[in-house]
Amino acid sequence: MHRTHGTSSFLEKVIAATPGGETLVTCLQCGTCGGSCPSGPDMDHTPRQIFAMINAGMEDEVLRSNAPWYCVSCYYCMVRCPKEIPVTDIMYALKRMAVRAKLYDDSDAPDFSESFIGFVETYGRSFEVGLATRYHLTHHPLNKFALGPFALQMLARDRLALRPERIKQIDQLRAILDKAKTLEAV
Amino acid sequence: MSERVGVYICHCGSNIAGTIDVEQVARWAGEELEGVVVSREYKFMCSSLGQELIQEDIRKENLTRVVIGACSPHLHEKTFRRTCTAAGLNPYLMQMASLREQVSWVTVDKRAATEKAKAMISGAVRRVIEQEELTASQVPVNPATLVVGGGIAGIQAALELADAGYPVYLLEREPSIGGHMAQFDKTFPTLDCAACILTPKMSDVGTHDGITLLSYSEVEEVSGFVGSFHARIRKKARYIDEEKCNGCGICIEKCPKKVVDEVFEAGLGLRKAIYRPFPQAVPKFPLIDRPTCIYFERGTCKACEKFCPTDAIDFEQTDTYLDLDVGNIVLATGYKLFSAAKIPQYGYGRLANVFTSLEFERMCNAAGPTEGKIVMRDGVTRPQSVAIVHCVGSRDKRNHPYCSAVCCMSALKFGHLVMEKTDAKVYSFYIDMRPLHKGYEEFYDRLLTEGMTFIRGRVAEVTDAARLPGEEGKLVVQVEDTLIGRQRRIPVDMVILMAALEPQEDARDVGLKFGISCSMDGWFTERHPKLDPVATMTDGIFIAGTCQGPKDIPDSVAQGAAAAARIAGMISKGSVMIEPVVATIHEERCSGCRICNNLCPFNAIEYLEEKAVSWINAALCKGCGTCIAGCPAQAISGAHFSNLQIFSEIEGLLYDALCSNGAGAPQSEIAVEAL
Amino acid sequence: MRYAYFPGCSLSRTARAYDLSTRAVADALEIELEEIEDWNCCGATEYISLNKTAAYALIARNLALAARQDNLKQIVAPCSLCFLNLRKADHYMGKYPRLGELANSALAAGGLSYAPGSLTIRHMVDVVVRDVGLDAIAAKVTNPLTGLRVAAYYGCLLVRPELGEVSENPEYPMFMDRLMSALGAEVVDFPLKAHCCGGHMTQISADTAFELIRRLLHNAAEYKADVIVTVCPMCQLNLDAYNLPILYFTQLIGLALGMDVPTLGIGQEIVSANEALRKIGTEIGPSQPERPARKKDDKSLPMPRTKVEA
Repeated sequence: MHRTHGTSSFLEKVIAATPGGETLVTCLQCGTCGGSCPSGPDMDHTPRQIFAMINAGMEDEVLRSNAPWYCVSCYYCMVRCPKEIPVTDIMYALKRMAVRAKLYDDSDAPDFSESFIGFVETYGRSFEVGLATRYHLTHHPLNKFALGPFALQMLARDRLALRPERIKQIDQLRAILDKAKTLEAV
Repeated sequence: MSERVGVYICHCGSNIAGTIDVEQVARWAGEELEGVVVSREYKFMCSSLGQELIQEDIRKENLTRVVIGACSPHLHEKTFRRTCTAAGLNPYLMQMASLREQVSWVTVDKRAATEKAKAMISGAVRRVIEQEELTASQVPVNPATLVVGGGIAGIQAALELADAGYPVYLLEREPSIGGHMAQFDKTFPTLDCAACILTPKMSDVGTHDGITLLSYSEVEEVSGFVGSFHARIRKKARYIDEEKCNGCGICIEKCPKKVVDEVFEAGLGLRKAIYRPFPQAVPKFPLIDRPTCIYFERGTCKACEKFCPTDAIDFEQTDTYLDLDVGNIVLATGYKLFSAAKIPQYGYGRLANVFTSLEFERMCNAAGPTEGKIVMRDGVTRPQSVAIVHCVGSRDKRNHPYCSAVCCMSALKFGHLVMEKTDAKVYSFYIDMRPLHKGYEEFYDRLLTEGMTFIRGRVAEVTDAARLPGEEGKLVVQVEDTLIGRQRRIPVDMVILMAALEPQEDARDVGLKFGISCSMDGWFTERHPKLDPVATMTDGIFIAGTCQGPKDIPDSVAQGAAAAARIAGMISKGSVMIEPVVATIHEERCSGCRICNNLCPFNAIEYLEEKAVSWINAALCKGCGTCIAGCPAQAISGAHFSNLQIFSEIEGLLYDALCSNGAGAPQSEIAVEAL
Repeated sequence: MRYAYFPGCSLSRTARAYDLSTRAVADALEIELEEIEDWNCCGATEYISLNKTAAYALIARNLALAARQDNLKQIVAPCSLCFLNLRKADHYMGKYPRLGELANSALAAGGLSYAPGSLTIRHMVDVVVRDVGLDAIAAKVTNPLTGLRVAAYYGCLLVRPELGEVSENPEYPMFMDRLMSALGAEVVDFPLKAHCCGGHMTQISADTAFELIRRLLHNAAEYKADVIVTVCPMCQLNLDAYNLPILYFTQLIGLALGMDVPTLGIGQEIVSANEALRKIGTEIGPSQPERPARKKDDKSLPMPRTKVEA
């Protein structure tokens, strides 16, 4: 397989963290991913550049990049990549690695995910209002989405639950998730 | 009278000697193996000196058998057989043990490798003692050749053979020869007009005494073997009497039915129901396309018949059949274009101004649907900007993993043509530029100078959904400009997709019909990818041109010529050697059960009705041994692979299991009937 | 036809209209939906951003629960993201054995297990189009949506990524267009039908999100759609509250089958669908010929004949 110098290179770490990541070494740098990405223009590095940087071992810069956090999971890149590289799954892996390494600078995106996860682990279901409140109060107190007319319209149509739902076997779920976390870190 | 065996262990430099203790093996063979009178080791057995060593021993020591422990027989079996023949020893009294591929290259532990080498030499010695003299047979070569496919490769092959004085049948499925090259406008890198360089050759074919042109024909069946093939040809009905037709073309003028020409005009132009594919068609005769002809549909019209001055229209004409006997066959069946609709994000078939490369060739061609004018789908408007998209269906695991070899150059050619005929801005969107051969890099430089814009990025999508100013009413090519590292949207009027080359639709079936195989991608398999690109594993069947894999015109011509040269060589020699390693059915044992008939992968076994036994055609037999193993009555024996030879080899390999002191094992108890 | 039903978190409130209309339509089309007992959140795109094995285990709990529920072989999810997560977990657990082992070890801590491949995961729209069939639906239509210009918006996760079997065109699908045609609507085939609505980007980077939303709405409006029909609560939420009404495909099916507005949850959308729905009731337009006859002086070049996806 892929030959690297020394023990776990950054490339190998990324490959290990991604299901099907072995195909990353066949990247042609063709740019189909970067060309297809709807949020590509807003990323500091295109997905293709990220892969070139991974290959070059630029761990710090890659994990600090906002690219994975701007990924909208539309999967265009994955269905168009001529080498069938699981681009979106690599983005998820990079998010996980960035958070663990505490390298991602802009604290918005990971916090959103963490808030969401907090609710799922507490109740077994997601809780939008709680999520919006917690996230937006910390980050964007004046965000239109949370407090503006949109939210009021949603409330008026009874589309916002003000109390979270909890599944019956939340203990079972917690046991499963705890076990999973001990099994594999990334 | 016991045999006198010479054993030769090759070092192969350090390939074998680096892992196996060759001196030990040679010494051991000489001391321990029964029958061995000479045992040597040498640095390079295959060298002239190595061979002379063996030959001297054969003469001086009166050797009757030779064993060589060296590389795989695939490489030097022929060499060493020749060595023996030159010294007066029958070549089939020599056995090679593959000490390199089967021992030193796959074993890490040196002791284990040396032990294994000993076992293999022991097996080879035991075997070679039981081997028998065999003589290769010769079969005559019919000087006639069948060339299947009238594109540039087939035309070249046909002309070369015919010019050498050998008769050729050139068969073409379409109504005219010329292939894809006849559709092109100009060819890279010289910008020669394709028709101008092709039509002289087509005309040569049409008028050559030595070439029988079978156009609008198909091969129905092929049988036989190298030197004597038999082919059954179906000449499809043109509904034109070729004896009477003078090619005036009035029938075409008067025909009221127009349809889209999906073949020659690549769906971009029209033709009549009675038509000639293109003006310079060879042969000149038109044909009636039965599915679209009004007469065949409803029984009316017959305008062509009414106006034909020579009464050449014959609606009653039927397909005719022809039987040919030839010595060799060349398959030059060409390629087809990848269907760009399979990549929906490029908008082919949905967005009007997205064209394929072949469609664009027709557009540029002065005899094409637009008389050579570059226009958009409305047939009138000139584009102000054109995008050329590389690698559509190529280098793509979802479609074809290979590179189609010609598209980069074609793209440059198109760029030049667009800039020559219009003042449109031309963009090329590529992953890599592949101008590989003579004059190609210079052509790339020329286009850079002429002002073509190159953007390195595989196009993500072509869309008509305008987003930014300047995109309204345009086709937008969205791509990551990888050299800048930014996503860009380039609005253009027209998009040309450089679609991949792929094998013909029925390539696998054609392969089966002729007894050759196709690779995973569907291209015909050559005998050796580097050293034998035009021969196939089936003697007498050759391949040339794009049917072997994507390539440009110079390479297709070279392959056509190479196939012709190979065949001419065989014809001038007059006969071909058939290897004697074949199976034979012993009639007295055969019960006529016919199990072997269907087992043979080479269709070499026939059933003789009168005798009620099966019979193997030695010329077709490749000695694979399947029938031998399958016969329930053990009625089939394989020359050079008899049961006795095989069992002896096994006993030799297991020498140290059969006898504790490693000496020659006692005669086996297994009842093996010598066959 | 019985299916395990995975509604997903949003269908309980923000997309309650989807749940209502789905159940109503399922009833009418004889699709039996049995809600998975005690299902949990699929994790959306959030869980997998911070965890790997745990993310798959989270999803797999639902698969495990469904698999042991009353001999059901198929799960149907109305939400595209739930649909993706469920089928991705099932597919990856099979394709990457190590991941499958780890996920099952985790499930074992909760007394559960799941053998990848035991269930087939379907999206509600696929069940309607393939299992019920367009002919069967057309036969039940009593209130054809004639005159209503519907933009069939697929979103991204319904048709991408292609996992295992490739059954639909991931770039330019047509099956929902055909469904809407079967209901009698005038379908607006707009180019951005499978482009992403931005998903959760509204929370991460509003500018990026609003640009994606703007593109879609602009394109649909350019093609003069009266209503955009979706298959995903996230898409509905993102596109709602601007210019066009965004309805769920089940709501349109329901209307065509003669159900009333409250049953289908119509009225919960922020941009009201009232004006669009007023249009239903005019004459049916003529169908397009395959290739129109060419005029004598027509200089235009013929369009290529391409295969239509089944």
